[in-house]
Amino acid sequence: MKMRIFVPRDAAAISVGADEVVAALEQAAAKRDVPIQIIRNGSRGLMWLEPMIEVATVKGRVAYGPVTPEDVPSLFDAMISTNGSHPLRLGLTEEIPWLKRQTRLTFARCGIIDPRSVDDYRAHDGYKGLERALTLTSDAILADVTASGLRGRGGAGFPTGIKWKTVAQTNADRKYIVCNADEGDSGTFADRMIMEGDPFVVIEGMTIAGVTVGATKGYIYIRSEYPHAVEAMNAAIAAAERAGYLGQRICGSKHSFDLEVRVGAGAYVCGEETSLLESLEGRRGLVRAKPPLPAHKGLFGKPSVINNVLSFAAIPFILAGGAKAYADFGMGRSRGTMPIQLAGNINYGGLFEIAFGITLGELVDEIGGGTFTGRPVRAVQVGGPLGAYFPRALFDTPFDYEAFAARDGLIGHGGIVVFDDTVDMAKQARFAMEFCAIESCGKCTPCRIGSTRGVETIDKIRAGERVEQNLAVVEDLCNTMKFGSLCALGGFTPYPVMSALKHFKEDFSPAPKSLQAAE
Amino acid sequence: MSVYEPWDAGRGAEIIAEHSHLEGATLVILHALQEAFGYVPEPAIPMVAEALNLSRAEVHGVFTFYHDFRHKPAGKHVLKLCRAEACQAAGGDALAARAEAKLGVSIGHTTPDERVTLEPIYCLGLCATAPSAMLDGRLVGRLDEARIDALIAEAQR
Repeated sequence: MKMRIFVPRDAAAISVGADEVVAALEQAAAKRDVPIQIIRNGSRGLMWLEPMIEVATVKGRVAYGPVTPEDVPSLFDAMISTNGSHPLRLGLTEEIPWLKRQTRLTFARCGIIDPRSVDDYRAHDGYKGLERALTLTSDAILADVTASGLRGRGGAGFPTGIKWKTVAQTNADRKYIVCNADEGDSGTFADRMIMEGDPFVVIEGMTIAGVTVGATKGYIYIRSEYPHAVEAMNAAIAAAERAGYLGQRICGSKHSFDLEVRVGAGAYVCGEETSLLESLEGRRGLVRAKPPLPAHKGLFGKPSVINNVLSFAAIPFILAGGAKAYADFGMGRSRGTMPIQLAGNINYGGLFEIAFGITLGELVDEIGGGTFTGRPVRAVQVGGPLGAYFPRALFDTPFDYEAFAARDGLIGHGGIVVFDDTVDMAKQARFAMEFCAIESCGKCTPCRIGSTRGVETIDKIRAGERVEQNLAVVEDLCNTMKFGSLCALGGFTPYPVMSALKHFKEDFSPAPKSLQAAE
Repeated sequence: MSVYEPWDAGRGAEIIAEHSHLEGATLVILHALQEAFGYVPEPAIPMVAEALNLSRAEVHGVFTFYHDFRHKPAGKHVLKLCRAEACQAAGGDALAARAEAKLGVSIGHTTPDERVTLEPIYCLGLCATAPSAMLDGRLVGRLDEARIDALIAEAQR
């Protein structure tokens, strides 16, 4: 029997040498005349161990990592020997504490299955949600989605059940399902990982949405920075079509559903839902004023469900009879699990899916293991470029939509970027304004002009020019942007700026403390 | 490194016709043109407008809105450095400065010999293996001084 070896095809694993490891494995196997089968799975999300390879054994899959091509000859000998000991051996994958501590509902299959195989997906409970949904009425499906308490995972946290219900109840000759895979927030990569590691779960979630609201066409808008995800989704769509899960009369039912991938073109603002719709329609990604809501008048003026990748990916579990189980996790109004992404200057970075309610401190210190530079954690930015910077003093904040909002922050798409004590927070505040200025669609004045004035004013502060007066100007600009912008780009840029000012004011002077302290 | 065709109106028309039946085809066509020619040649704009029954201004507006679309060919190699927060936190700023110094151009520019175009990218989604870069479509994570030097040397060859 062939030895089965799993090497991730995930872009992060590839970026640190997974393809080279595959070549070395093939060479080692040929040299020893041992038949092997290499399966390119998704990543398990333990990014500091990538490339992490696994070997199927009678006791379960055994992991090794991080593997370099140079390690492969000795590793291969260890894999074929009976005791299998090797310095890179991590033991049974399922027993690795970092993985064991998680509650993987959305990412249950990611890193386990072959992302190109419908059969493998089905063998791991895939398509059970759709099969059950096809036996239910639209109202019954909506009841499940609502009962699960699922809220939009893109950041806004709007209840998914209500959104779907609105589209279901709107009459039109044509409706659309749109998946927002324009994951532009720095520090986030969950959408990319699931598209590369378990693309069928996204397809299944979108198909269920189509069946529920009566839409027959769906688009997945993926950013151009994610070529591997585009390839994975296209391959999975083709496989699902061949297996009868997409196209005319899916699974022999009366429903039809087609999916198409569209690629963005480097505009961050297109992650905003109305800008994304404009872009899908082939126009400049200018934000639309709401109302009308996309649920009433969305893509091409038709009622449209537009959800984040992770929202769709949560649906199959819920529809497979898991609505109550999903809702039983979490705290307050944040139900279920959140795939949290630990990134930046962190020892154990990666994808950590867990029920809402875990504190920021547990995530950064316990699970993330602090900084890889070994210096103290000074600030963490939660929720991407539009998220607030939190100091250690706020590390008791539980991961929950409302708890973060109460402390002038947001959980956004679940990304946490860790900075050590060398960070200059005035520079980070300036970057937030600069990023907004570069990425502003230009439609509304507070965002377009406010961000540029913001950069100029922070520059003056850093140069020591009339510091107190200019700080007041920044605050004033932030208020104008927050309350006067059309969308979250201009509206939320004040979060990183104001949080930096509030919690790290000592950095907003000509000679920041952190620079004086640097050796 | 990618090899591109020289601009040819007939070939351009062919590419446009291939995609013009799609709903909201403008971005799809601009991507396809750039994939073939390495940039979106100016004469293609009125052709796209004609095929999609749009004004030239509308197509020009779309073309100039998005960071991805090039007005002229890039250098022989394109090195994109992730400049977003996660990479900043992991030491990306110093590496970007190092790349600029080594290549003698600032980010957003091409070396005078047209060998290397150095560009910023705002997030490759490799935030837990930061800092990261992309050389001609190939991803490289966990950058350090040695790895960025190797990438630059490779691009300059």
